[in-house]
Amino acid sequence: MPTYPILEYLWIIPLLPLLGSAINGLFGEKWPNKIVNWVALSSTGLSFACALEAVREFFVSGQALFHKEFFTWIAAGNFRAGFDLQMDQLTVVMVLVVTGVGWLIHIYATGYMAHEGGYYRFFSYLNLFMFFMLILVLAANYVLLFVGWEGVGLSSYLLIGFYFLRKSAADAGKKAFIVNRIGDFGFMLGMFLLFRTFHTLDFQTLFDAQHAAGWPAEAYGQFGTFTIACLLLFMGACGKSAQLPLYVWLPDAMEGPTPVSALIHAATMVTAGVYVVVRSHILFTHAPTAMLVVAIVGCATAFFAATIGLVQTDIKKVLAYSTVSQLGYMFLACGVGAFSAGIFHLMTHAFFKALLFLAAGSVIHAIGGEQDMNRMGGLGKKIPWTYVTMLLATFAITGIPFWAGFFSKDAILLAAFQSQTGGTVLYVFGLLTALLTSFYMFRLIFLTFGSTPRFDEHKVHVHESPWSMLGPLVVLAVLSTVGGWLALPAFFQGPDYFANFLGPVFGGHETAEAAGDIAAHHLELILAGVAVSTALIGLGVAYWLYLKRPGKVDDLAKSMKPAYTTLLNKYYVDELYAAVVVKPLLWISTVVLWKGVDVAGIDGAVNGVAEGLTTVGDGVRHTQSGNTRSYAVWVVVGAIVIIAVIFFWPGPGKPVIGMVR
Amino acid sequence: MVPTNYYVVLSAVLFGLGVFAFIFKRNIIVIFMSIELMLNAVNLAFVAFSQALGKLDGQVFVLFVIVVAAAEAAVGLGIIILIARNRQSLNVERVDLLKL
Amino acid sequence: MTPQLLIFFVLAALAVMGAVSLILQKHPIHSALSLIVVMVALAGLYLLMGAEFVAAVQIIVYGGAIMVLFVFVIMLLNAGIEEHTSLSKFAGPPGLLLVVALAGFVAATIARSTGTVQAAGQTGAMSSTKGISSMLFRDFVYPFELTSFLILVAIMGAVVLAQREKN
Repeated sequence: MPTYPILEYLWIIPLLPLLGSAINGLFGEKWPNKIVNWVALSSTGLSFACALEAVREFFVSGQALFHKEFFTWIAAGNFRAGFDLQMDQLTVVMVLVVTGVGWLIHIYATGYMAHEGGYYRFFSYLNLFMFFMLILVLAANYVLLFVGWEGVGLSSYLLIGFYFLRKSAADAGKKAFIVNRIGDFGFMLGMFLLFRTFHTLDFQTLFDAQHAAGWPAEAYGQFGTFTIACLLLFMGACGKSAQLPLYVWLPDAMEGPTPVSALIHAATMVTAGVYVVVRSHILFTHAPTAMLVVAIVGCATAFFAATIGLVQTDIKKVLAYSTVSQLGYMFLACGVGAFSAGIFHLMTHAFFKALLFLAAGSVIHAIGGEQDMNRMGGLGKKIPWTYVTMLLATFAITGIPFWAGFFSKDAILLAAFQSQTGGTVLYVFGLLTALLTSFYMFRLIFLTFGSTPRFDEHKVHVHESPWSMLGPLVVLAVLSTVGGWLALPAFFQGPDYFANFLGPVFGGHETAEAAGDIAAHHLELILAGVAVSTALIGLGVAYWLYLKRPGKVDDLAKSMKPAYTTLLNKYYVDELYAAVVVKPLLWISTVVLWKGVDVAGIDGAVNGVAEGLTTVGDGVRHTQSGNTRSYAVWVVVGAIVIIAVIFFWPGPGKPVIGMVR
Repeated sequence: MVPTNYYVVLSAVLFGLGVFAFIFKRNIIVIFMSIELMLNAVNLAFVAFSQALGKLDGQVFVLFVIVVAAAEAAVGLGIIILIARNRQSLNVERVDLLKL
Repeated sequence: MTPQLLIFFVLAALAVMGAVSLILQKHPIHSALSLIVVMVALAGLYLLMGAEFVAAVQIIVYGGAIMVLFVFVIMLLNAGIEEHTSLSKFAGPPGLLLVVALAGFVAATIARSTGTVQAAGQTGAMSSTKGISSMLFRDFVYPFELTSFLILVAIMGAVVLAQREKN
């Protein structure tokens, strides 16, 4: 038995969900729900247990970076890509979030999907997703990461389109996959560029500081490899993590069942982009232009999505835009160099966003499938557990002090403020986004749980969800509350445990405040105060508009009609894309490629060859005239040809008469 | 002595005349005879060269040509008889069953 | 003009006239007789060249057997005057062109040869017949035997072909 058994067999962590997926997928069709549950939950739960054990071993080994190649996958010429898995502090955070939150959502799903058809298929896909996501976070080189990257895209497609008989769901699945693909194209180009310049895609070799001396000069500079590769990788991250301009798939992805929205589109898959950027931080820190782009895109997306979320009526769509916005925050953090703050926010976001989605699912389940908030209301007393947990999550996301979101968002805003390049602008927009976030989240709470019911109480029987669904809600609520306390001591000028934990990963590349710097600490407290005030302002406005004076909202909407409709229609971005991108592509495909190249060109060439041969044959046919005399003539012609050849054959000595000696 | 070229020219002329008859005559038997004419022309050339070179190989070959011509004539005329029986005509243009 | 040259021209003219006559005659029997003239002329030329055996064989086999066969068949089939039917596309000017081309090539080849070849005189040691026969039975014995086989096959073929149909 090796010293660290799980680490030696690290592949067991992703393998268990894969087995669960295969078993459920192949055999689950005839099984009752109980057995499918058992397979799915045990595989994910065991994976979580193994992850815990792996983390324990990691700590026991003195937090030494663990990296092992389990087998050589590709070895072609100079290119080697192995099935390498690694475990470092960053992986610890990611793998625990993925397996932990993933397991909780699995439990929830057993309750939520209990009456749905295709039950086994759902869990098969869900486990498949877990497998790919774990491959993604455990990978030790870009190639294996990309395998996981593509795989989660596939699982997302399968799960969004789970109700495939519904056209909107099928379309949403396709849209997600295609938009992701566009990002993946950038990611692949980035990988190619990295390989071409550095001849390796292995994280250890690539990020090794000693290697820095050997990096070619062309890699630096504004158009150097670092910048271009980082921008390309970020393009992939935009696709996967739904940033501008590739965010359009995430709201549509709400067509999938709510557990899917929680797991994939809140807690894990969409964070893959952030993970990649953080993992590649060494590359990014050498490309300041790229970092600036990341920060700007992140900030803009955060603000943009928040504005759309203000007026949406579907409860899941509000949460979807909120996810886009929060992801923008994470990228903003990465862009200004606060990578551990970004990961911290990733972790807390996983907790409270998953909780928000699951609670929303609970609400939807409670009132029998309704998702429009305008038809909800007054549910607070009727489904108390859901209400309380969702409220706690809202505190977390808006940054109410001591809830999880407060610490992470604060760290990001602080880092943005301190950034050298345009920090003030970034900070202002970040703050505005926080204000908007608070507003629309509390709007959601008040519309859903507050005031009086806006639905027919006789038709809809409001009932609390079963404990299979409520249990995970409670656990996540607890995590949302205490999850940020790892950074709590920093508030009192103690160590920031989380940032310190991730310290070895980021080396000296973080723009972290120096511990013990009094002035900086005061700044932090001031900024924190400002942030909390904006959150409370948002709460106040929402309270006033939606609880005190409900009618005012309609008046406001009417008075700002153009702005309101623009926001309601999501800035018409989808329509813009359809007109500018989709239509021309379809035109090219139909007219140019199909009719032009395929029918006229290729078919024409192939048929043309056939027809040419037919024509030639038709012509040659006439030599077989059946007329003996013409045959005779052909004989003579043949003879003449041979004589002519002999006559004109170059070379010494005509073989005819000249050879007479 | 008669130069060999003269014999060869004569042979060529006879051969050309034989080809002419081969193409332009319509009677099968005459066409067959033109073949014989061509063979004779070739024989002449062979003998001429045999004399020029002082070897007898040419004449031996001529013998073989004559033998083969004889055999060919026998069989060919047999075929002509059959054609005449079947098509009731000796016109080569009547032998056109393969015409499309 | 040596006597040999004179005889050559006479015999050559005879042969050519016979060939032309073969083409121009309308009745096949006349063509056959013209061909016999050609063969006799050629036999004379062979004699002129000193190939007595070949000349004799020419007369006996070609003139006496093959042409007789031709005449028999013409008479058997009651061949008449050649009819005039429409020329096929390939006869006519193109055919003429081909013939001219053929003859032209041969003539050109001859003209190209360097210098006229002088006859090396009569064959030295052996007389024609003796020489031929010794070559035939020594160097060419294999083709010789094969030709006898060939003749056998030809005879059988001719017999089979010309049989009267068994009703």
